[in-house]
Amino acid sequence: MENLIALLVAAPLLGAAVLLCGGRRLDAVGHWIGTVLAAVSFVIGAVLFADMLGKDAEAREIGQHLFSWIPVEGFQADIAFQLDQLSMTFVLLITGVGTLIHLYSIGYMEHDERRRRFFGYLNLFLAAMLLLVLADNYLLLYVGWEGVGLASYLLIGFWQHKPSAATAAKKAFLVNRVGDMGLSIAIMLMFTTFGTFAFGPVLESAGETSEGKLTAIALMLLLAACGKSAQVPLQSWLGDAMEGPTPVSALIHAATMVTAGVYLIVRSADIFNLAPDAQLVTTVVGAVTLLFGAIVGCAKDDIKKALAGSTMSQIGYMVLAAGLGPIGYVFAIMHLVTHGFFKAGLFLGAGSVMHGMNDEVDMRKYGGLRKYMPVTFVTFGLGYLAIIGFPGLSGFFSKDKIIEAAFAKGGTEGWILGGVALLGAAITAYYMTRVMLMTFFGEERWRSRPTASPDQPDVEPAAEHQGAHAEPHPHESPRSMTIPMIVLAFGSVFAGAFFGIGDRFVHWLEPVTGHKHGHPPVSALTITLSTVAVLVLGAGLAYLHYGRRPVPAVAPRGSLLTRAARRDLLQDDFNHVVLVRGGEHLTRSLVYVDHTLVDGVVNGTAASVGGLSGRLRKLQNGYARSYAVSMFGGAAVLIAATLLMRAV
Amino acid sequence: MSFPLLTATAVLPALGAIATAAVPAARRTAAKWLALLVSLGTLALAVTVLVRYDPDGDRYQLTESHSWIADFGVRYELGVDGIAVALIALTALLIPFIILAGWHDADPLETGHKRWRPTQGFFALILAVEAMVIISFEATDVFLFYIFFEAMLIPMYFLIGGFGDRAHEHGEETAATQRSYAAVKFLLYNLAGGLIMLAAVIGLYVVAGNFSLTEIAEARANGSLDMATNTERWLFLGFFFAFAVKAPLWPLHTWLPNAMGEATAPVAVLITAVVDKVGTFAMLRFCLGLFPEASKWATPAILVLALISIIYGALLAVGQRDIKRLVAYASISHFGFIILGIFAMTSQGQSGATLYMVNHGISTAALMLVAGFLISRRGSRLIADYGGVQKVAPVLAGTFLIGGLATLSLPGLAPFVSEFLVLVGTFARYPAVGIIATFGIVLAALYVLVLYQRTMTGPVKPEVAKMPDLRIRELVVVAPLIALLILLGVYPKPVTDIVNPAVKQTMSDVQKKDPQPEVEAAK
Amino acid sequence: MNPVNYLYLAALLFTIGATGVLIRRNAIVLFMCVELMLNACNLALVAFSRMHGNLDGQIIAFFVMVVAAAEVVVGLAIIVSLFRSRHSASVDDASLMKL
Repeated sequence: MENLIALLVAAPLLGAAVLLCGGRRLDAVGHWIGTVLAAVSFVIGAVLFADMLGKDAEAREIGQHLFSWIPVEGFQADIAFQLDQLSMTFVLLITGVGTLIHLYSIGYMEHDERRRRFFGYLNLFLAAMLLLVLADNYLLLYVGWEGVGLASYLLIGFWQHKPSAATAAKKAFLVNRVGDMGLSIAIMLMFTTFGTFAFGPVLESAGETSEGKLTAIALMLLLAACGKSAQVPLQSWLGDAMEGPTPVSALIHAATMVTAGVYLIVRSADIFNLAPDAQLVTTVVGAVTLLFGAIVGCAKDDIKKALAGSTMSQIGYMVLAAGLGPIGYVFAIMHLVTHGFFKAGLFLGAGSVMHGMNDEVDMRKYGGLRKYMPVTFVTFGLGYLAIIGFPGLSGFFSKDKIIEAAFAKGGTEGWILGGVALLGAAITAYYMTRVMLMTFFGEERWRSRPTASPDQPDVEPAAEHQGAHAEPHPHESPRSMTIPMIVLAFGSVFAGAFFGIGDRFVHWLEPVTGHKHGHPPVSALTITLSTVAVLVLGAGLAYLHYGRRPVPAVAPRGSLLTRAARRDLLQDDFNHVVLVRGGEHLTRSLVYVDHTLVDGVVNGTAASVGGLSGRLRKLQNGYARSYAVSMFGGAAVLIAATLLMRAV
Repeated sequence: MSFPLLTATAVLPALGAIATAAVPAARRTAAKWLALLVSLGTLALAVTVLVRYDPDGDRYQLTESHSWIADFGVRYELGVDGIAVALIALTALLIPFIILAGWHDADPLETGHKRWRPTQGFFALILAVEAMVIISFEATDVFLFYIFFEAMLIPMYFLIGGFGDRAHEHGEETAATQRSYAAVKFLLYNLAGGLIMLAAVIGLYVVAGNFSLTEIAEARANGSLDMATNTERWLFLGFFFAFAVKAPLWPLHTWLPNAMGEATAPVAVLITAVVDKVGTFAMLRFCLGLFPEASKWATPAILVLALISIIYGALLAVGQRDIKRLVAYASISHFGFIILGIFAMTSQGQSGATLYMVNHGISTAALMLVAGFLISRRGSRLIADYGGVQKVAPVLAGTFLIGGLATLSLPGLAPFVSEFLVLVGTFARYPAVGIIATFGIVLAALYVLVLYQRTMTGPVKPEVAKMPDLRIRELVVVAPLIALLILLGVYPKPVTDIVNPAVKQTMSDVQKKDPQPEVEAAK
Repeated sequence: MNPVNYLYLAALLFTIGATGVLIRRNAIVLFMCVELMLNACNLALVAFSRMHGNLDGQIIAFFVMVVAAAEVVVGLAIIVSLFRSRHSASVDDASLMKL
């Protein structure tokens, strides 16, 4: 069984290699190769899962050692895998959702001439993501970590001919690199502290070092998680990343890659448990992001960007839960999985809507689409109910547990975190209802619109294969796209109940992450009821704003907060002024310094030597008598010197 | 007496250079093929060295020793350790690619030049550089090393000054002026370094009485040669200065962007991937080997300079408008990493630094040669003159991206392994230095991705619309380099196995032990 | 007669010759002044030889004469060919070999 683990990674890697090196010959079948290899990976994962279920909870962890990677004196890095319940959960999520999205992409990317390459990149992503969750040491995890970053870079910038896409891709990679820096510093710290960076030894001996060291390691890991999972202050890339094709947004920027940060924190639980300060910072980051993302999500008119804000916010929940320690780890992962289902479903639904609407992404130009796209409407609707936490659906079980755990943190912190989580739930209900109403209900704003507002470069049609300005003819998407949506909708509805009832998921993950039952200051029922109450409140408010009143086709100016939220709460502007402008000035002045100062010193020396020799040259005037004078002078000086020396 | 393998490895390209230069003017193509064959033959010899070298054997192997100038104790002494073997292999590996990539760089501008000879000269000079570089890696006699360390400048001077890019944005005349400026600058910088080193070499002779690296190191180790602290320091500085110019280390770096910018891409690769490596190699072999105490004394200052090189080089790379100069500044940043690894004086740092020399050679070759192919198509080195190339020439753009990703040390590609080792090795002894150096990886991503974005993505510029994709010859150059990058990124063991024992020796030379981890983790 | 007087004479002759070299332009005159200086040296050498009572100075004086003769041969040849090409024996006209 152990030997299958490598195959799990190898299958999509093979796909990527074949598709990217294969050339045009494979254009006709490339998408099928990619999809089949993703499915193969899923099947292997399922086989391993079945095998794992057959074992005792304690004996479920298996590993595979391939070879020694970097053998250097005092340094041991291996290519080795570890498969336990936590990794297994991710493997199933990644390969399962991944396969569905491969399938969906066949239809979605049908008209793109570079479809083969798209599937190559998707396969590359799967391989890197699997490597990330299967690695048995932090350095190999780092390889996967940057590998998914690369795949994300390539896929966000898939339509490279659009400058906005290329810029967004670059931005995503760069912001992630800042996070990666944290990860590499964390690994270096582990190396100097423990002499190794394999999960087992590091986590087992975490208790033997000082809390300060552990806090430093944990904070660096958190920095890495912030980069990858788009948490404040490194969240700015996720909104722009929506420039990529929609299946990419669904797979990478909703279901899997962005949750890698949560995986990292939960995986390093033993370190975080011993570093309460770092845990506090983690919860704060999570809480701030969940509000930040939710507020941004309320103001966006671009359906994908609204969903991206929502992703940020939901991952904020997970990070918050992971920061709570043993009372939260399991729920962080549980929310991660259910979120994987419903958010992927929502994105695929959004993609389906765009597919039928000439790649329009502005929700103000949607409206009343439920009649034209019944399947999309139903699946999207179920995803919507799941994300806002409608009782009985997936999101209800996972999110409610997180809110409970936040209150259970205890003390003032518990009240604040719990309150923020509740507030977040209300805003979630608000913005998701807004999306739902603007897209599928109300009047059909896409009809007979007078003139499209041309001055919105970032919401221009995503693909070029259709005339963008013709009136769209909304239609249901082909079967290859709707089937994945239906499957994901099933997951959105039932996964939560399946995991939550009888604490199945807790028992499953407990051996890896550990679990403590939290005791909130108020009863769990009260919390659940208040969650439902704020949900109704948020949704009702949204209905008042967008259901009862007609939605203007051009966005109103809005309040100060709305305008700020449209601009991602001004963080981009801050980045632009401080980092981009500042950086440009710095590099430009350094170029100047290099040219004038560093080079100038040398050139100046050369010039002064040249000048001196120019002067000296004047002495050589060609007149024999002046040479003779200098000769006599020289002789006289010599004689005088000799006499002087003798006198002394 | 056994077959003098090391001599043969250096003599073959030297003879090849003479033969190539002697090919009649009309038979240009024959000269090219001859040069290529000779370089492949040298590669075969280098591979033989690699195979015959036994990592567990003596420190210096395949040694040859003959008296040369008996009056001054100068001997013709050759011998290789693991580090030298790795670098000889790198040199011999890269030269055929350089020759192949520069296949048309020295062709006459219009056909019908019956008496055109520079083509022969170009390839002969490349082979001459190869011969001298290889013998510098092999020499265990300080004087012998010095001679070839300096003699290398002559063919390099002609390669930089004599052959430039075909088209130039300011016209041929300006190009010629800038070229000769770059060549003279290269020569003066390196001569200045070399002369100071000559003084130190003479000083060493005065103190030690001979030039043999092994003998002096041994005498120093067993205490029979006692050097006053100040003498050792001055001698160290003399050697180090020359190597720091060659490497190049901030603030002695400004010749490199000029030289790499004006030279053709293959020659630029020759400079940065091959010739400059002699500088960092010599730091390991001569500075640390002969003057361990002084090396430790100078470490703080050198670390600071290396750190400045890393950050400064990267920042300047971000600010460049010229593709080749950008790569040059990136190289300065990378040389900072190499020097950092050498002087961190940990096993990881030094293994990493040696590995870095090899990997940087391959990755820069990949990036720079593809950049050269790109430049030869459009006739401009300015980044702003490109745009949307990936739509027109996807293979070219793809290989360029891989070269760039290797430059920014993406995990999975070879440079990551070495860069991480250097960082870890540095961090273990000097945490603050390690952390600051880590900023270099963010900046590396910045300059590589900005370069890629501006040249390869976006709308297709009309000037590049008809650009052909990579040709077969160009693919033959790039594909093996990329394959090597991936291979050494996933499985660097073959190189580390060769390098590790030599690093252990160096560590014992300087009498440094690796810092031990605070917690003995459960195995 | 006191041999020191010969030294005074030699010094005088040397000074006359040196002044001539410095202030005259005609190559022939210059040349004669150089000869005058050489011969002043010869005189001094011989005088010293006499004063110290050994023959070294006289031997050196012979060497100087030989060198002077050789110099005359080469120098005159140069002056003659210079005069032929330029129709002038002024050394200032021959100031072309400068940077």
